[in-house]
Amino acid sequence: MTNALEVSDLHVTIAGSHVLQGVSIEVPVGGVTALLGRNGVGKTTTLRALLGLVASTGAISVLGTDVRGWSTHRIVRLGVGYVPEDRDVFAGLTVAENLRLAEQVDEPRYDDVYAIFPELRERTRQRAGTLSGGQQQMVSIARALLNGWPLLLVDEPSKGLAPRLVSELADALERVATLATVLLVEQNLAVVRRLAQRIVVLDHGEVVHTGDARELHDPDLAKRFLGVTGVR
Amino acid sequence: MNVFLALTFSGVALGAVYFLAASGLSLIYGLMDILNFAHGLFMTLGAYAAWDVASHLPASWGAPLLFVIALVASILGGALAAGLTEVLIIRPLYGRPIGQILVTIGLDLAVVGLLLGGFGSNSLSVPVPLWLIEATHVGGLSLPNSDFVALVAGVVVLVSLELFLRKTRYGITIRAGVENRDMVSALGINVGRAFTLVFVIGGAMAGLAGLLYAVVFSGDLISPTQGDSLLIFAFIVVVIGGLGSIRGSAVAALLVGLVQDYTNFYLGSHPGMAEIGNLSVVLLLALVLEWRPRGLFGSTL
Repeated sequence: MTNALEVSDLHVTIAGSHVLQGVSIEVPVGGVTALLGRNGVGKTTTLRALLGLVASTGAISVLGTDVRGWSTHRIVRLGVGYVPEDRDVFAGLTVAENLRLAEQVDEPRYDDVYAIFPELRERTRQRAGTLSGGQQQMVSIARALLNGWPLLLVDEPSKGLAPRLVSELADALERVATLATVLLVEQNLAVVRRLAQRIVVLDHGEVVHTGDARELHDPDLAKRFLGVTGVR
Repeated sequence: MNVFLALTFSGVALGAVYFLAASGLSLIYGLMDILNFAHGLFMTLGAYAAWDVASHLPASWGAPLLFVIALVASILGGALAAGLTEVLIIRPLYGRPIGQILVTIGLDLAVVGLLLGGFGSNSLSVPVPLWLIEATHVGGLSLPNSDFVALVAGVVVLVSLELFLRKTRYGITIRAGVENRDMVSALGINVGRAFTLVFVIGGAMAGLAGLLYAVVFSGDLISPTQGDSLLIFAFIVVVIGGLGSIRGSAVAALLVGLVQDYTNFYLGSHPGMAEIGNLSVVLLLALVLEWRPRGLFGSTL
């Protein structure tokens, strides 16, 4: 298996709107692949389709297994951790309960989790709904890390975090990326440039560019595909 | 004062039965978005299971033992009916909540019709031990023993349910699923199993509620349509308490039981006011929704 993830000709229609129009992506084993694009081009939908959370047509191979038509929990158990947009921690559950729920292997890697997020160890009895946004993001990433799974899908982890927290988050994700292959959706280009080796750019439900992350230093590319300027 | 205390006690007992009827309904809605109109049927089937078992066993076993067996039968009957309903009827319609709601209405109508055909519309009498019809005298009050049974059952179920939801992995899964079902599956958990479990637990409580309602409030008589009338109050309790919240159901059930009991006694004896107790419950519902549109303990709709 050379690719952790292979998607070809993925189509998704949501409420009559053709959101993904033949997306094809290959994510090689190891490192971070960033999925980029403007708001609303279908990045989150791509991740949700990979997990079977929205219906799709096309071929999806996760960690070498064809998962077309599989239910979400079976796909996840192949070894996929998911950090959703907006974190989606269970607000009424404690931190410990959030983590316990994520346990799917006999020996969950609490050591790895607490090594990266030592703060969580002190907050196990706190209700996740009372945590700050940054702390909730830690819980969300911790849930995905806990099983030592080989593939992580991480959706906009920096969204809504204060700038100081974003750099702490990037530190944490850098360590996470040594433990698993990561497909990262991220709008913050500084974070992407720091973490990613490869980029895939989506526009209007299609892949319009695939390449090396160093290309992000090219202002033209950033402007053309991402609608951002001022990239240093 | 004594009258008021006695009324309070019977209102609390009524609340305990409402809690048993409503908490499963609330969990099912919270987790699966299904307004389960077959829940009244589970109450009725629990009561009929109790009657069937208790009236076919030898009377020489003694009324107390038969009553305990009847209690167990009501729980198992309700659980079995609910489990089969989820697996055979709800599950094939997964992802189509409106279809699921409609099919529960159809199931209720059909099975109540079958019960009417099979057992007739006359009420059947559940055999109960004599002490259940008697009263206990506490400080000048005469409190029906059946009310104590309802109260104990309500408290035992509330405590066990809370422990189950807080301490076990299945319980945590259900609480998480009430918040965000998709995210539970995205953690690798088979939510379908939690669906069946919630139906079985809800059905067990409903079955017990069906029997206790007959024992406490309708002179040990059961009828095919009793579950449907109880279901209306169960829905009101669920909405007042907040969909998906067990504590909400418990508090709301007490409120509804007390308000109904007080109003019935103090106003219901006046001419033309016989239904005032039921009306008061609906007014309570309107007031609570005006104040808190998501119910007392509801966080999400």
